[in-house]
Order: sequence, then structure tokens, then C-alpha cells
Amino acid sequence: MSRHDTSDIVFRRILAVFPISILILVAGIFFELIWSSLPSLNKFGVGFLFSRVWDPVAENFGALPFIFGTCVTSLVALLLAIPIGVGAAIYLAEYAPPKVSKTISILVDLLAAIPSVIYGLWGIFVLVPFMRNSVQPFLGKFLGFLPFFQGPNYGVGFLAASFILAIIIVPFIISVSREVLIAVPSVYKESAYALGATRWEAIFNIVLSYGKVGILGAVILALGRAIGETMAVTMIIGNNVVISPSLFSPGYTLASVLANEFSEADTSMYLSALIEIGLVLFLVSIIVNILARILIWSVTKGPSEIIK
Amino acid sequence: MKKILSLVVAMVMVSTLAFADSTLINGAGSTFIYPAITKWFDEYSKTNSNVQFNYQAIGSGGGIKQITAKTVDFGATDGPMTMDQLTQAPGRIYHIPMVMGAVAVAYNIPGVDKGLKLTPDILAGIYLGKITQWNDALITAQNPGVNLPNSSITVVHRSDGSGTSFIFTDYLSSISGEWKGKVGKGTSVDWPVGLGGKGNAGVSGLLKQSPGSIGYVELAYALENNLTYAVLQNKSGNFVEPTVDSTSKAAEGANIPSDFRFSIVNSSNPDAYPIAGTTWLLIYKQMDDPIKGKAIVDFIRWAITDGQKLTADMDYAPLPSSLVDLIQKKLDQVKY
Repeated sequence: MSRHDTSDIVFRRILAVFPISILILVAGIFFELIWSSLPSLNKFGVGFLFSRVWDPVAENFGALPFIFGTCVTSLVALLLAIPIGVGAAIYLAEYAPPKVSKTISILVDLLAAIPSVIYGLWGIFVLVPFMRNSVQPFLGKFLGFLPFFQGPNYGVGFLAASFILAIIIVPFIISVSREVLIAVPSVYKESAYALGATRWEAIFNIVLSYGKVGILGAVILALGRAIGETMAVTMIIGNNVVISPSLFSPGYTLASVLANEFSEADTSMYLSALIEIGLVLFLVSIIVNILARILIWSVTKGPSEIIK
Repeated sequence: MKKILSLVVAMVMVSTLAFADSTLINGAGSTFIYPAITKWFDEYSKTNSNVQFNYQAIGSGGGIKQITAKTVDFGATDGPMTMDQLTQAPGRIYHIPMVMGAVAVAYNIPGVDKGLKLTPDILAGIYLGKITQWNDALITAQNPGVNLPNSSITVVHRSDGSGTSFIFTDYLSSISGEWKGKVGKGTSVDWPVGLGGKGNAGVSGLLKQSPGSIGYVELAYALENNLTYAVLQNKSGNFVEPTVDSTSKAAEGANIPSDFRFSIVNSSNPDAYPIAGTTWLLIYKQMDDPIKGKAIVDFIRWAITDGQKLTADMDYAPLPSSLVDLIQKKLDQVKY
């Protein structure tokens, strides 16, 4: 401890620059978003978050339909992706022979590397007709009494976008969850077996319980991806500024409206409103992350667990 | 080794010499004109090796912003700059029409071929969400003998901000007072009904996927991809097919203001296709750099004369000769 090596101090200081630069970057983005959206913030105030109108011609802007679309598609995608992702991870970590597990894991990682525009194209030409001809008529017939499955059946819309998002985020959930489950010390499992637990009991009570924080982490990672996903969603959500309880309805997301309209936004108020959409997207991501953090704390009974 | 090194040094020197007296012209804006302008650059630099071009298709809005900020030497836009935008620019900006294009109304109705007849009232009614069935009395009245199904109409529009949407909504505003009041014209508008597809490809993708749908795409795109498109009734009451010729006709006999910020939708020419538009280059009247200024003006003079033959093959409508003469006079006033 008593040794004061200058090279050590220099090294430490240089290393400290990197995390600080990340902080500066985030703060800079946040500041720039606020600064550039000031005209829109001043004109529309808090009402921007609750207005359903998006009219570039009359320069009257509101973000509610986009916030709604982002939340609905992300949540439905999670509902679809979590059972598949976690189920696949359990199989790969606990049941599959090592060779199979390794091969499938490599394929899953490859899946995660496919650019989203490819998913979007596949969505237009394969998923959308499938939704229109098979999935949505089926849901409408058997669950049509629910408001979620009513209305005209275009194929494109919230449900198709949620499906494509689910497909995009499943590899993240599988990949991270599998790593987490593999990391569970085998002594825990062996103890469970020694106490007479069946394999299912050992997995459900011991392995999953031990790995739940890690799995939640995987889900948050996936949610972050779903909220920000732009290209694939834009191509098949229908891009219509509406708020509808029906998943068959076309919709819009925060990221999609930015991708669609930013390059041709010609007036300063229009541009400012779009940047405020970016600000809202930034804040939605942060809020979702905070909520997820709180969820993890409540599951693990205290923040100290996360450090582990 | 030494030999290779000296060769490299010689090559670098030659290439710097070659670039020393060549001028680099930067432009940005409209995506609609991008294929045309690239073709022009290719051909033009074959005979004028001292001029290098660089064009970024970042969208019309971006083109207006960049020329206003003087980060590029010229901009390009599908919709004319507003009075407001012109006053914000640091100098007088000229609009130079370069190419014309049309917007085709394409549809996918099972059992119905190309050439469905649509009137302005029908088109506005469909896009306002008032006409919702293909066998609506207004449509069947214009199309006797066509077996129109009793199915609902799926309306498709562009979701991304685009010059194509600008021309289309400009047209709807010119023929329907209700559209003008409720929606208006712009690169993006608050569509009363319909699905949004990204780009021409997105719209035609939705059309192909949805039986009973109607949408609009650039004429060149519709022709290349063999889409089934409608013939439209123009201002004189004639039903006109969208072609390169009927698009050029839209600018003939049109009322051309001296600043060229014209709209050629709903032209009064009896042979004109009604949904047509223009892409303009935006240049400063007073050029900052004399060499660049001369190079830009020379290039434009070439593009609106010899260059038009090249772009006609790409399904852009050529500028009518009366308009070319007016542009030549305008270019005489550019100072550099």
C-alpha cells in the first residue's frame, strides 16, 4: 500500500477517462435533445405527451399514439418471447446433449446478428400474409369476443409488429439466460437431487430460483432492444397514427415516426417536434430500465444482490 | 522495393496533379432525382473531366436545409421552398426545374385489370375515407362492364416523408376543398385513413399483399414493376393514362411564374395526366466561388438540353422546350 508508483497513478487516471467519457456522452445527448426540442416543448408543453394529433401540415403535434404503439408492441413481444426464450434456454442448459446445445447456441447467436431490415422484408412477404390468412382469422374466430382481436384484418399492424419483435429478441433471451443457467454451481443441483428432488423440481426450485436475476437481466436487455427497434417495425406496423385496443389495427411507434419523417421534416417546428419524440423515446427507455431495476430489487430483496 | 516506392510516389503526384485543377461540386436533397442526377454526372464527367460531382440523396427537406446553411453548392427538392424558407436563406435562391415525374394510382383488385377509370371525386372520396367499398355507385358508374367486388377498400399511402406524397396531396388539395381544409399538402400529412408503407417498395409491397387495396407510387416505379394502375380524369374531363408524354404535357400551357415555383398538378392541358410534379435544383443567384458557379451553370444547361434524352429512358418526363428556353434565360442572370 505504501508504494507510490507514478505509473500506477497515471494508468488509473487514464482508465478513469473512459467511464467518464460515457457519462459525458449520455449527458451531451440528453442536453442536445432538450435544447433542440425547446421550441416544441414551449409550444405544446406537457400536452405533447397526451395529444393524439400528429399533423405536420397544421404543425400540431402530440406523442401519445407513438408512446402507446411502442409500449404495446414491446410488451406483447415480451409476452411472446419470454416463454420461448426461457424454455429454450432451460432445454439447452439442462437437457440437450453438449453437442446439440453448442450447435443450437451458435445458430441462436447468428440469428441475433441478422440485420433488422432483413426481418422487415421477411415480415412483409412471409409473416404479413400468414397473419392475414391464418393467425388473425383464427384469433378473430375463437377470441373475437375480446376487444384485442376485433376489427378489419389487414395483416400488418400491432400484432404483426409484436411477432417480428418477438422473433428479434428471442435470441437475446436464449443466449443470456443459457449462460446464466450454465453458471449455476452444480453443487446446488446435486444437493437437490440428494434430497430426493426430481429433475423438474431441481430445475424449477433451484436452478431457476438461482438464475432469476440473470434471466430478468436478459429480459430487460431484450425489452431495450424491442423499444428501440426501428426498421423491421416500420416496415410492418402499418404506420397509422391511431390508438386502438385491437392488436389487428395498424399503429405507429416512436422510433418508426423518427425513421419515417426526419429526413423530410422541412420546418423548424416540425423538426423540433420530431426531436422531442426522440427525447420521449430516450426517457421511455430510461423509465423502463429503472422499473426493471426496481423489479429485480424486489425479487432479490435488496440492491446488494445485483452486484453479485 | 525502392522501385515500388518511387512508383507509388509518382502515382500520388500524378493523381494530385490531376485533381489540382478539377472542381468538386457538392449537392444534396431529393431522392426522386437521385437516379437521374447520377446518370447525368456519369455522362457529363466523360466530356468534362475537370468537374467532380458528389450528391447526397438525403431528402428534399435536408436539401433545403443544407443549401440555406451553404454547406452544399446546390440543393434539390420535390416541393418548392416556402416564402418563409426563402427569407431565411442568406441570399436569393433560384428554383431550376430539372425533371418531371408523375404519380401513378395503383391498385390490387382480384379480377380487375389495368385501366380502372377514376375521377377526382372518387380519388378524394377514397382517401378521405368516404368511399369504402369497391362497388360504390360512383366507381361503378365510371366503369361499366368491370366486375367490381363487394369488398372494402384498403387505402395505402407513403409513411416516410416524400416528394411523391407532396405531389399526391398537392393534387388532392387542388381538386377537393374538403381535403384542402382537413388535410392539406405536404411531404407528410395527417392521413384520414389507411396504412403507411415505407418508400415506393413498401407501398407496392402492401398493395401486393392486400387484395382490395389502392395506393400511389412514382410512375417510373409503377412502369418498371408492372403494377396495375388507374387512368385518371383530368381537368378537361378526359381519361388519361400516366405516361412520360402525358406527364410532359402537364407543364405545357401551364401558368409558369417567373420564379418557377409552379405546381403542375391538375393541368388544364387536355392531354395532361393530372398528378404530375417537378424536381428543382436550388442554387444561389450570386455564387460565392466563380469557378464552381460557372461549372454548376454549365452543367445545368447541359442537363436541361442534352441530358433530358438520357433521363427519358429512365421514365422521367422531359421538360417541354418552352420551359427550357425560360430556364436558359434565368441562368443568364446567375452571377459568379
